[in-house]
Amino acid sequence: MTDKPTGKPADQAPHKGSSLLRRYLGPLGILALPLMLGGCTLPSFYGFRGATKQGHDSFLLFSGTVIAAIVVGTIVVLLILWAVLRYRRRSDEMPKQFQYHIPLEITYTVIPILIVLALFGFTVVTENAVDAVSPHPAVAVKVTAFQWGWRFDYSGQHVSVLGETTQDPDPVGLNGRPCAPAVDCLGPGLVMPAGETTRITLVSADVVHGFYVPAFNFSRYALPGVTNVFDFTVKHPGIYRAQCTQFCGLYHALMFFHVVALPPAQFRAWLRSEQASSQPAASHPAASVASSRQGSPAASVKAAA
Amino acid sequence: MKIEASFLLGVAAFFGVVAVGYWFWSYEPAGTAMLVGTVLLGFVPGSYYYWWSRRMKPRPEDLPDATVEQGSGAIGTFPGSSIWPFVLGMGLFLIVLALVFGAWLLAPGGALVVSALVGVTAESRRGGTV
Amino acid sequence: MTLLAEHPAVLHGHPEHHEGPTGVLKWLTSTDHKVIGLSYMITSLVIFFIAGGMAILLRVQLASPHSSLLSLQQYNELFTMHGSLMLYLFAGPFAFGGLANYIIPLQVGAPDMAFPRLNALSYWLYLTGSITMLMGFFTAGGAAAFAWVAYAPLSSAIHSPGAGADLWIVSLLLTGFSAVFTGVNLVTTIFYLRAPGMTMFRLPIFTWNMLVTAILILIAFPVLTAAMVFLFADRHFGTHIFSVKGGGVPVLYQHLFWFFGHPEVYILALPYFGMVTDIIPVFSRKPLFGYKGMVFATMSIAALSTGVWAHHMFTTGVVLLPFFSLMSLLIAVPTGIKFFNWIGTMWRGQIRFDTPMLFCVGFLLAFLMGGLTGVMLASPPIDFLTHDTYFVVAHFHQVLFGTAVFAGFAGFYFWFPKMFGRKLNEPLGKIHFWLMFIGFWVTYLPMYVLGLKGMPRRVATYPSGLGWHLLNQVASLGSYLIAISFLFFLWNIWTSWRHPVAAGANPWDAHTLEWFTSSPPPHHNYLKLPPVRSERPTWDYFHPDARTISHNGRRNGHVKVGAEVGSTGGSDQ
Repeated sequence: MTDKPTGKPADQAPHKGSSLLRRYLGPLGILALPLMLGGCTLPSFYGFRGATKQGHDSFLLFSGTVIAAIVVGTIVVLLILWAVLRYRRRSDEMPKQFQYHIPLEITYTVIPILIVLALFGFTVVTENAVDAVSPHPAVAVKVTAFQWGWRFDYSGQHVSVLGETTQDPDPVGLNGRPCAPAVDCLGPGLVMPAGETTRITLVSADVVHGFYVPAFNFSRYALPGVTNVFDFTVKHPGIYRAQCTQFCGLYHALMFFHVVALPPAQFRAWLRSEQASSQPAASHPAASVASSRQGSPAASVKAAA
Repeated sequence: MKIEASFLLGVAAFFGVVAVGYWFWSYEPAGTAMLVGTVLLGFVPGSYYYWWSRRMKPRPEDLPDATVEQGSGAIGTFPGSSIWPFVLGMGLFLIVLALVFGAWLLAPGGALVVSALVGVTAESRRGGTV
Repeated sequence: MTLLAEHPAVLHGHPEHHEGPTGVLKWLTSTDHKVIGLSYMITSLVIFFIAGGMAILLRVQLASPHSSLLSLQQYNELFTMHGSLMLYLFAGPFAFGGLANYIIPLQVGAPDMAFPRLNALSYWLYLTGSITMLMGFFTAGGAAAFAWVAYAPLSSAIHSPGAGADLWIVSLLLTGFSAVFTGVNLVTTIFYLRAPGMTMFRLPIFTWNMLVTAILILIAFPVLTAAMVFLFADRHFGTHIFSVKGGGVPVLYQHLFWFFGHPEVYILALPYFGMVTDIIPVFSRKPLFGYKGMVFATMSIAALSTGVWAHHMFTTGVVLLPFFSLMSLLIAVPTGIKFFNWIGTMWRGQIRFDTPMLFCVGFLLAFLMGGLTGVMLASPPIDFLTHDTYFVVAHFHQVLFGTAVFAGFAGFYFWFPKMFGRKLNEPLGKIHFWLMFIGFWVTYLPMYVLGLKGMPRRVATYPSGLGWHLLNQVASLGSYLIAISFLFFLWNIWTSWRHPVAAGANPWDAHTLEWFTSSPPPHHNYLKLPPVRSERPTWDYFHPDARTISHNGRRNGHVKVGAEVGSTGGSDQ
């Protein structure tokens, strides 16, 4: 469980680029190498760069695809605009009535095929990396979505966190201050260790919900009758807001939760204190970040957003 | 008629390939069942058209250089106007609403449907075949 | 009552004088495809304005965080009905029930649809289905509030009780059958009622696209109807097809729904591609570039689209990602062919920018953006990071608004003179276009950013402090601009109604057969037909010296034109 010494303070950068690169190259393989090398400097296009190892892989694919789309789109727009501006009707002269140009048509059939096959190659590599499940996760959490809230059970630890939208037990808002009920509350907190792999087992108690952490670039349905399993390896401690994305009824818009990534030592301390107290979610995980780091959660929320 | 037949048989062939590929890649029954249904949708009318296309002369609309005269003549009977589709539609409307608001709506709905069926049959008999 | 329709050659001397009922009775009893087509178009435009009004309410609500204009329940009902009306009752029926119904028999040279009374029944089922869905607002529990997809088990009797949900389900039974009947009618009309010489590969592209669309309808709508029957049975007859407790499989609903739902997207798109493909050559004064490539591209899009349903289910975790990803990505190839063919058609043409052509260019740009983001969404990891966010909302609105609205209004402006024999006002049409074009980009571009910043779709309210406020405000402003643009459209219709300007049979110097007959066409459509020697019979007739140059340099067609028409009477205009 504690095979990695990662007890660094949260406000220090826990990783350096070179070790990141080595870790990513393994699962992604040589195919993604060009993307990887440029990965740190790829523009974000308003998206999240991915606060998890898996989410960062998705981000690289996203950013690369946007660049490709911009190139293709620009070429086509220029062709359209050229045709529209250049060939405005200037006279009643009859244009040449040509209809076919087979080599040209073959060209613009083959080139798109090559482009989408390349995109498919990157897609398969990335999706295998994102969906890969580690055989030895550091923590396993069972997430149960229900109308309207979330329950997080720490397997084998007798710890659970429960939050309902209509009776928020967790009145911390986006700015770290007490929140306006049912509008900008963060909802219940899913606590996980930073730098280690957390296994999420996602189920639904009633209808279809969407488990979506924007900063992690990842969403998955909580689907009745289906058990979904996936891993997060959060890179940095912090608070990451999240909410349900699949429409699930009346309070769908208010079905918030948040992920609290703590340094592993603090995470285990939190777990012990939770086990000691009989009440689930007696102490507030976001508060524990705040107290342990002597800083406001707002800073990490900012970093996450 | 040949192009029409091959169009529908093409639907069957394409989805046949997709259905086989999908089944052996995913073993997911719902999608496979629907794909097989799609194969039948192409195959049943397509094979009928193919059967006919082998046994009939090309129609004027199949000939690239047919003249207008070749296509002249009666091509079918078309009702100019008929109240019965409206009656049938209203009957089905009431029957469907009966599912929501109660079985009593089945009585007027059924009456409209039956009268429409009788009416449209009588109309067709008077006016010839459609 | 029953008329014998004949091809025109023997009709000269005694053109049909159709004396049917007039007034209200005409609209109730007519089995003429033109009257039914107009009924469809008027009804679907009314639905469009109702659903558009709902969209404005939604945008007002979302213009600021913590908004309390609408309650959560009201918002959920409104966005559900906005989507349902637009997708089930406007975009599809406007194309395959309205324009196609009116135009297809004319384009193939037929006197009517193959089954006129079935056609009328289709319309009545569509109308009553629309009324049924809207009736939900007047029930005690309000309208359905489970989004247009109605995922089980949210749509079960436990989670969505009330008559509104039931009405929504049964309305899809009515409109589902209506669509299937129209599909059968279109296929039969195109296969059996073509004019002499109108071989399959001389059909106008709009007709080709409607044939392919009709096949898609026949593939997809029965599955939707089955899903609705199952859903209703689960709600009221105690079955457990989609509920876990009784051993059912909720994800089966998603399979059934999207097996309908993705072809449905192309049922909504292909007719509009067809309209654009018929319009661009006319205003470029050139034949369509790559006609056969266009036909095969349409077929490939349709074929692939039926094998990609689960790309809406990437985040369920139970579908075969690579299969659906590859099939979805491949759709980009035929779509790209279409784009280059459209550009190739304009290339070295003499393009006149009347209102229909402006809308076509607007469509090209809108659909380009929607298509490129669609390629991105076909990649599962990118879908994971955008699924069910405003990115997806922006994507499909750019696609559907681009097709159903930009291309749809291109078609409407284009064929309006044929349907009513009068012109629409060009300046008003252009103001309509430019306002809508600007409003379109102002509305949807911020939504992409909102989605990437993590704003989920279908939320009635959102927190402040996330940087979502300004973007939402801009999007709302854009939507008001779109709404204003439609006032100019209505003004235009009003003007043409009060101050008609006669259009004549062929105001655009167009290509296809429907422009050969008078505007509006007589009962049973044609008093005479030109010989059909290419996919541009009307153009060939009026421009015998400007025939298509085939790819090996020869001119198409070997038969002298003009002489044969004389035998069936002169021009009627």
